[in-house]
Amino acid sequence: MFVDGVRTPFGRAGDKGMYWNTRADDLVVKAIVGVLERNPGVPRDRIDDVAIAATTQTGDQGLTIGRTAAILAGLPKTVPGFAIDRMCAGAMTSAAMMAGSIGYGMYDLAIAGGVEHMGHHPMGSGVDPNPRFLSEKLVGEDALVMGATAERIHDRFPQLTRERSDRYALASQQKTAAAYEAGKIQQDLVPVAVRTEQGWGLATRDEVMRPETTLEGLAALKTPFRPHGRITAGNASGLNDGATAAILASGDAVKEFGLAPKMTLVSFAFAGVDPEIMGIGPIPATEKALRKAGLTIDDIDLFEMNEAFAVQVLSFLDHYGIDDEDPRVNPWGGAIAVGHPLASSGVRLMNQLASQFTERPDVRFGITSMCVGLGQGGTMIWENPNYDKKAAKRARR
Amino acid sequence: MTDYSTVDFESLVALAGDDEVVTHSYVRDVPLPSGRTLALLTLDNGRDHTRPSTLGAATLLEYATTLDRLRARAAAGEIHAVAVTGKPFILAAGADLSKVAEIPDKETAKKFVQLGHHALGRLSTVGVPSFVFYNGLALGGGLEIGLHADYRTVDASVPALALPEVFLGLVPGWGGATILPNLIGIENALKVVIENPLKQNRTLTAKDALDLGIADVIFPSVNFLEDSIRWADAVISGDIAVSRPNAPGRIERLVKWDAAIGIAIKTLKRRIGPVPQAPYAALELMRAAKGGTRAEGFQREDEVLADLIAGDQLQASVYAFNLVQKRTKRPAGAPDADVAKKVTKVGVIGAGYMATQLALLFVRRLRVPVVITDIDQARVDTSVARIRDEIDALLGKGRVSPDEANRLKALVTGTTDKADFADCDWVIEAVFEELEIKQDVFAEIERIVSAETVLATNTSSLSVEQIGAKLAHPERLVGFHFFTPVAVMPLIEVVRTPHTDDATLSTAMVTARNLKKNAVITADTPGFVVNRVLAKLLGEAMYAVDNGTPFAVVDQAIAPLGLPMPPSQLLDLVGLKVGAHVLDTHHAAFPDRFYRSENLHRLADHGALLDKDDAGRVKGFDKGAMKILSGGTTPLGADEILVRLQDGLADEVRRMLDDGVVAAPEDIDLCMILGAGFPFQMGGVTPYLDRVGASERVFGDTFHHPPVRGVGD
Repeated sequence: MFVDGVRTPFGRAGDKGMYWNTRADDLVVKAIVGVLERNPGVPRDRIDDVAIAATTQTGDQGLTIGRTAAILAGLPKTVPGFAIDRMCAGAMTSAAMMAGSIGYGMYDLAIAGGVEHMGHHPMGSGVDPNPRFLSEKLVGEDALVMGATAERIHDRFPQLTRERSDRYALASQQKTAAAYEAGKIQQDLVPVAVRTEQGWGLATRDEVMRPETTLEGLAALKTPFRPHGRITAGNASGLNDGATAAILASGDAVKEFGLAPKMTLVSFAFAGVDPEIMGIGPIPATEKALRKAGLTIDDIDLFEMNEAFAVQVLSFLDHYGIDDEDPRVNPWGGAIAVGHPLASSGVRLMNQLASQFTERPDVRFGITSMCVGLGQGGTMIWENPNYDKKAAKRARR
Repeated sequence: MTDYSTVDFESLVALAGDDEVVTHSYVRDVPLPSGRTLALLTLDNGRDHTRPSTLGAATLLEYATTLDRLRARAAAGEIHAVAVTGKPFILAAGADLSKVAEIPDKETAKKFVQLGHHALGRLSTVGVPSFVFYNGLALGGGLEIGLHADYRTVDASVPALALPEVFLGLVPGWGGATILPNLIGIENALKVVIENPLKQNRTLTAKDALDLGIADVIFPSVNFLEDSIRWADAVISGDIAVSRPNAPGRIERLVKWDAAIGIAIKTLKRRIGPVPQAPYAALELMRAAKGGTRAEGFQREDEVLADLIAGDQLQASVYAFNLVQKRTKRPAGAPDADVAKKVTKVGVIGAGYMATQLALLFVRRLRVPVVITDIDQARVDTSVARIRDEIDALLGKGRVSPDEANRLKALVTGTTDKADFADCDWVIEAVFEELEIKQDVFAEIERIVSAETVLATNTSSLSVEQIGAKLAHPERLVGFHFFTPVAVMPLIEVVRTPHTDDATLSTAMVTARNLKKNAVITADTPGFVVNRVLAKLLGEAMYAVDNGTPFAVVDQAIAPLGLPMPPSQLLDLVGLKVGAHVLDTHHAAFPDRFYRSENLHRLADHGALLDKDDAGRVKGFDKGAMKILSGGTTPLGADEILVRLQDGLADEVRRMLDDGVVAAPEDIDLCMILGAGFPFQMGGVTPYLDRVGASERVFGDTFHHPPVRGVGD
């Protein structure tokens, strides 16, 4: 069961970003401390593991970051921890693996989260791909450039136009702005003290949101991955710094410690696709997860999709015949607006789904889903413990 | 009252020129959960934590202007609270001491103190609730910044908070002496302002600051600023009420306050005598802080602090402080540390009290095998057992972990077979102070150990060179003179003979550092530094006594130096026999200048000089002793004794420098401060000799150019 989750505000990567002088491990430690502080009923010494994801596991994201973060967060030294990596789905994989360990009865309480300081660790830094990938054409040449893989989705599905992508991106900005206005996003943020050249400040909001975005503005943006292409900085998530952490618990632990879980896991699945078109990964992952859950797409009332690229979400929606503007999809906006610090994002999706579950007793099932570099997708299906048949009936009317 | 806003402080900035490393006051607005806005002021000098932010003139003016701007913004309703914090690990370390010492005249000194009040006091008139978040080191003025705030939080990991001023010849005069007792009660304040600084400058932990009431709340380091900001919001929202149980009430003011000051003065007189001005000045300020307004208190602080800054004792204290802080880190004459040999196993020759203490220190600090040898197996066993008991005692006090205790105990072994020394890279002897024994011991050991092994002697009175007379390789011999108690005293005199090579000397210096001691290199001359100066002092005392001056008069005559104890107690501490021996050896070496006292030998035979109560406190002089000393017929006057001593010391120190015993007068002073507890206000000994005119009288010059003395009125 997903007890609770928080995240740091997401920052802009690079030396102009608010976290430039903040360590990656400190970010995830703040998230861990934040979620534990909100849940005083969770006994620290009963936490069975701390799984923290990071894509680049060197420097301030190295040294087995799950273990170091646990120590830095002040958890008892008896609590172990480890590092995990599935690129963008790092935190989602942390949650899935911890959930699996709980499901098998080995763990009672676990912390799952992720961090990516893309300012300190630019995408692809230090990678050394095996030459066989190209010599044997194991993957297409676009496979390691995420923007290029997104262009390929546009190629494969000509009905997915740049205009649809831009329109979707605009909506993401607007929905996020509205959610901020209503105080919905902030409830799951932990403030982070940031050191700047003007002294200490406090990060309390995502740094990269652009509520002033217009369609015209989006249309004027360059397409860096291809001349006259479709992918722009406006219809994709940016380069960000941030961290997430969630507490997962077994049913027994929930009872023993009197916890109030926000979500119950139904199923999860990861799936692979051609690396050069990785953005369609959520489709087979969701198929698999639905099949394992014995559900159909019609049973899902809320979708928290990671918006690595607008087109990649749209390909998913088209596959299931869901409208681009369907209110069930990312009601509070997504990564295009708030950012996507790779390995941290999975738990952000869960936080937002969980908070929506709390205010939506009419909803029974929701999914969190995301595409992953090198051709993968991940999906977790969750059930709302607040689900109330009467509320659902009222909502249908 | 002084209206600080009418004082022209710009002249202070001009005076500092480009020299000041300015600590800037940066401000960022922080949104609070309640919707209010907190202006967060960060003090940051732009350097890393190895250069703590300090408070100079430009810094203080910028801080004051920044707070003025915040007051305007508060009045306009833009901000609802102000908080001050620092760069990572540091809030602020107070005024830059070296700059304070350079203040050219008393008027400037007063202005500088006033500027501190002007700037720091701004926080209390900012118009909205004010906070200081002690995120790191806060010393002196750094701690006082917070005293002007309405509320204070402290990071649990802060290594030190303190008002060390009286240790340095100053008083906490930027509000500390006035505000602190009114915040945390007179007894707590005495502890912070007087007691701790005089206990080797002890500092407070974050927890201490909380318990005393300096901080209102403590937060773990991991989320300190975030938690402090949230707490501040709760305080100004009224969700948290701050209580100050230690704040003095009416009864405390009526009854306890003056009594506490009275007791403190008495204790102080007993412990350090009446000479150091700063502690007594601080006590008077704190006495006066019982009533009246803050502004009145600040004005008193202005006067007192300006006097002290312009005085001799501050200059000598800053000089002494710099010796201890800086010169110890780069000892004069030390060869490159790179040429030092590795010490991976230590041999200790001898199993007596001193040898045992040395072995314990070596094993604790170096954590390498330490083997003890003596002719007598029983003595060896006793010594090893004693070391292991000491380690167990450390374990019992929680000073070492069980694993560490096991490790240390396993490292200590004893033997009567010197062949076990074969693989030692460092052998130190602490056997009887008899030349031939030492010569033979080393000659024997040299045949066993490798050609690389360093040999060290802890002799205090013999020639190191002569000790090595029977060595095939005297270049590997070095003097390594500890002071008792070995675990406590921070000084080692490292004695270089004409033969000692650089590798050996460097090994000795590096080893001293690894033992966490401060080493001063001295030549191989009788008494080295500390004993020679003390022999002069005791010799002069005994000369006066033997000529019929009552010992009490002698003690009193020497009191103006402000030494940690009078000669009678010093003799009692080192032991009458040792004292007599020290005078004898110095007299033998320098018969014209060092007095030897037959009476002292008689006293040693008699066994007592002082009359003490059961707790060991001195009640007076021993009657039998007084009878022994009663033969003199030409008693000296107190002034005569003092001048003889001053001149004698100036002469002897001059000779030591001329003979190259140490590199510079600074090293003599360092030795006397660290090895004999000579006070900071004397600057060791040479600044004192300069300022009382002894240097001028004896050799027509001063040790220091310019002399270390105050700027006066």
